[in-house]
Amino acid sequence: MGCGATDVVAVLRAGADTVALHRVELTDLDRPIGDADHGENLNRGFAAVMSALDSAVPETPGGVLKIAASTLISKVGGAAGPLYGTAFLRAATTLGDKSELDAAAVVGALRAALAGVVARGKADVGDATMVDALASAVVAAEAAETDGIAGLLAAAADAAGTGAESTIPLIARKGRASYLGERSIGHLDPGARSTALLLRAFAEAVR
Amino acid sequence: MRVSLVIVAHSRQLAEGVAELAGQMAPDVTLLAAGGLPGGGIGTDFDLTVAAVQRADVGAGVVLLYDLGSAQMTAELAVESLPDPGAAVVVDAPLVEGAVAAAVAAQGGADRAAVAEAAASAGAPAELGQPAPEMGAAQRTRLTLQNEIGLHARPAALLVRSIAGLDADVRIRLGTEEADGHSVLALMSLSARKGDLIEIAATGPQADEAIHRIEALAARNFDE
Repeated sequence: MGCGATDVVAVLRAGADTVALHRVELTDLDRPIGDADHGENLNRGFAAVMSALDSAVPETPGGVLKIAASTLISKVGGAAGPLYGTAFLRAATTLGDKSELDAAAVVGALRAALAGVVARGKADVGDATMVDALASAVVAAEAAETDGIAGLLAAAADAAGTGAESTIPLIARKGRASYLGERSIGHLDPGARSTALLLRAFAEAVR
Repeated sequence: MRVSLVIVAHSRQLAEGVAELAGQMAPDVTLLAAGGLPGGGIGTDFDLTVAAVQRADVGAGVVLLYDLGSAQMTAELAVESLPDPGAAVVVDAPLVEGAVAAAVAAQGGADRAAVAEAAASAGAPAELGQPAPEMGAAQRTRLTLQNEIGLHARPAALLVRSIAGLDADVRIRLGTEEADGHSVLALMSLSARKGDLIEIAATGPQADEAIHRIEALAARNFDE
């Protein structure tokens, strides 16, 4: 299948829906190790993205992702706003003005998103952040590129889920959770969880 | 035209307070606060930060300092989104000491790189407690501080400003402690008080002028 601008909007809508559905769960995850606002902030951001895209849909997937990026940066706040915003912005930049995406383009966008999050947050794999979910997802997506967009996104979502779970026994080394030191052990990182949820929703939207 | 500063912090009061403190030592420097959320809550706001940077820039560039965590990301993202990202730079520095050091450097006419460097090096008290380097034929003078608060923040800033731009290495000594005369923080760390005898040594082409200006400033009781 091809994947044009309207398909990317549908994928983002699925992401917005899952964030709305898991809003309370994400905020609860953020409570013991953060400031208990991840679900609310992300939900506000994605709702704003969808209302921006309701009024006008750009012609290219990259254009759609760019609107998502700037809206998330402005509306989400905290660390999640700059991080997700940078992820979508780098993905948009990589896609350029392509009007249809193939599997290689989607893998490239995921790779660029990861590079953006790493550059912005300066976190590494094993620091108990969204990088743990996203890095696993990129590796899996690269390996599954020949399975097409739906196949590689499904593989990425599975791997992101596993990567998110891997944050539970880790000591958080970035963000507010890092101030807790060893007390951050035993907690699923909210950013890793939201990354996994989004990728799952993206995968199911193109299936 | 001087380099401007923007303070990005999670709390509006914190950002404004840091700007107020640093501004006291740098009256001609544009210092803008980008703190808190538009509704007054705790957090950093991208749009607010971008607007502050654009308002602050009078043509010599902007240096941004931040308090913690996501404030750095907001600041970096704001700089990257400028029409000319080269116009501003985010510096990793202790917020209060860095803002003071950067403001004084900017007041003295330092360029953007030097202002950023002043902020970045503000965390390390490297200028203190070291044996005096070999200074060659130094111009020296001694004076007793007569002003009420000694070399506190404002007088220290005035001293640094009085010799800013001079081609002279200036060392100020109190007892066994010595500080760089171009560093407000180092001077403040001397804790020189009213009645203390300080020794000033200057080397370089404009050493005479540096000594002369510091003596004149002390004679005016640091304008107290």
